[in-house]
Amino acid sequence: MSGDFNIDTAFFLKYLFNPPAIIWKGLWLTIWISVVAQALGVAIGLLIALCIRSKRAWLRGFGKFYVWVWRGTPLLVQLVLIYTGVAAAGFYKYPDIQIGPFTLTGPLQAALITLSLNEAAYMAEIFRAALSSIDKGQFDAARALGMRPITAMRWIILPQAARMVVPPLGNEFTLMIKGTSLLAILGIRELFGTLQQLNAATFRTFELFIIAAIWYLILTTIMGFVQKRLEAHYGRYDQPTADSKAKPGLRSLFSGQR
Amino acid sequence: MAATDTTPLVALRDIRKSYGDVEVLRGVSFDVHRGEVVCLIGPSGSGKTTLVRCINHLEKIQSGRITVDGELIGYREHKGRIIEDSETRIADRRQKIGMVFQRFNLFPHLTALENITVGPVRVQGRDLKTVTAEALELLARVKLADRASHYPSQLSGGQQQRVAIARALAMKPAVMLFDEPTSALDPETVGEVLEVMKELAQAGTTMIVVTHEMGFARDVANRIVMMDQGAVVEIGSAEQIFTNPQQERTRAFFKAMR
Ligand SMILES: Nc1ncnc2c1ncn2[C@@H]1O[C@H](COP(=O)(O)OP(=O)(O)O)[C@@H](O)[C@H]1O
Ligand SMILES: [Mg+2]
Repeated sequence: MSGDFNIDTAFFLKYLFNPPAIIWKGLWLTIWISVVAQALGVAIGLLIALCIRSKRAWLRGFGKFYVWVWRGTPLLVQLVLIYTGVAAAGFYKYPDIQIGPFTLTGPLQAALITLSLNEAAYMAEIFRAALSSIDKGQFDAARALGMRPITAMRWIILPQAARMVVPPLGNEFTLMIKGTSLLAILGIRELFGTLQQLNAATFRTFELFIIAAIWYLILTTIMGFVQKRLEAHYGRYDQPTADSKAKPGLRSLFSGQR
Repeated sequence: MAATDTTPLVALRDIRKSYGDVEVLRGVSFDVHRGEVVCLIGPSGSGKTTLVRCINHLEKIQSGRITVDGELIGYREHKGRIIEDSETRIADRRQKIGMVFQRFNLFPHLTALENITVGPVRVQGRDLKTVTAEALELLARVKLADRASHYPSQLSGGQQQRVAIARALAMKPAVMLFDEPTSALDPETVGEVLEVMKELAQAGTTMIVVTHEMGFARDVANRIVMMDQGAVVEIGSAEQIFTNPQQERTRAFFKAMR
């Protein structure tokens, strides 16, 4: 590194411990976009997974096509296409949407749509793997009790799938938090966009990006704790005995898939 | 058995079932009357499991008709033609038919008590308090009153199977189906399950039991149905089948069992 490389410690400490309001705003934007997009991604992903498992060929075809397209193209490209393409084609002009005190601007709408639909493709694969690992006898027993498909899904199958979905879901959410940094390209002032904006004004690139890294690390670490709690909750009935047939290897299959 | 009641509770008429090109049930017919215990015996692969699964429409049949309590199972007559019923109606019909599986198929994420209450509460929409009281009685009946809050993974095979019997009984079915309920058990726990089944029979429960436990069949069954290669070889009282089998194949089967 060159000699004129200097760190403005005072600047760094000020922005780290006494961040200006716009950083808090950016942080808040990052958090709620991540949470909303992840939640939508989980819901849509489950529907896509159910399509892929459907008896109907056209639903299966649709599900597989969906996953193929969304997983096979970069998120950045999707973001730009959804924002500019959809509006340019005249399908949807992204007018501002007012929800109580919040204004959902066009770029934000495009960001939420893209992140959710993109995430749904990954969640679909996770749900599909979890659902197909559930013993066929569970479906038989639920049906034999007179459960309709939706009842069986809600009370018997999904609670068991949830246990297997939580670890990869944690991964996904971590990726989602980090992935929101791409939204700066739509001019959205989430955490990264805000720091970029500050950078343009102060040229303290290194300090600001260290601060960005620290904030992302804090968020993903908190996420890790939440994940542990969820795993413990869903694993509560998992007391291996000589009888139980654990399915080893499933977790390792999910980890580090992206 | 009421002397006046001559309509069979379960009526099987010329049931045919194929997997692909292979016909595994080749025209099976027999009746089961109220309060009767019918044991299905026969060599492995003769179609016993398939037959009981057809009775609650876990498997589709290619032709023939199955009625339980006078109602057609899995199909309905529409303008003189037989068409498959909707999932919803099939599910409703299954409430009348309790089923106990070879591999228990208890719901691993629910306690013993919850395994029993989930059907009445989620399928029949009954009040949890009443259902819980009934479930505790059922647990006492299968001699597991002290295991209500255990998860299946914390129970032995014999205990799990007794919970599975209680789970099926909680729906107050008109008939109980058992598919080799003791063949996945350790020898020392077989007795406790057979004991519970014997008590059920004595209480007048209508039962169709696939079993290799010849002692049980002899003591408990009103009638025995001997099957081979997807067809009924002979039907008779337990006394007659065991002491004086009419068919060579039945004699050969008994010989092979010993
Ligand atoms: N899902 C299936 N697909 C194809 N063949 C099957 C299936 N289930 C059972 N079979 C075949 O049907 C025949 C009867 O099986 P089964 O009803 O399990 O007999 P049993 O219970 O008397 O041992 C066997 O030949 C078996 O291989
Ligand atoms: Mg069998």
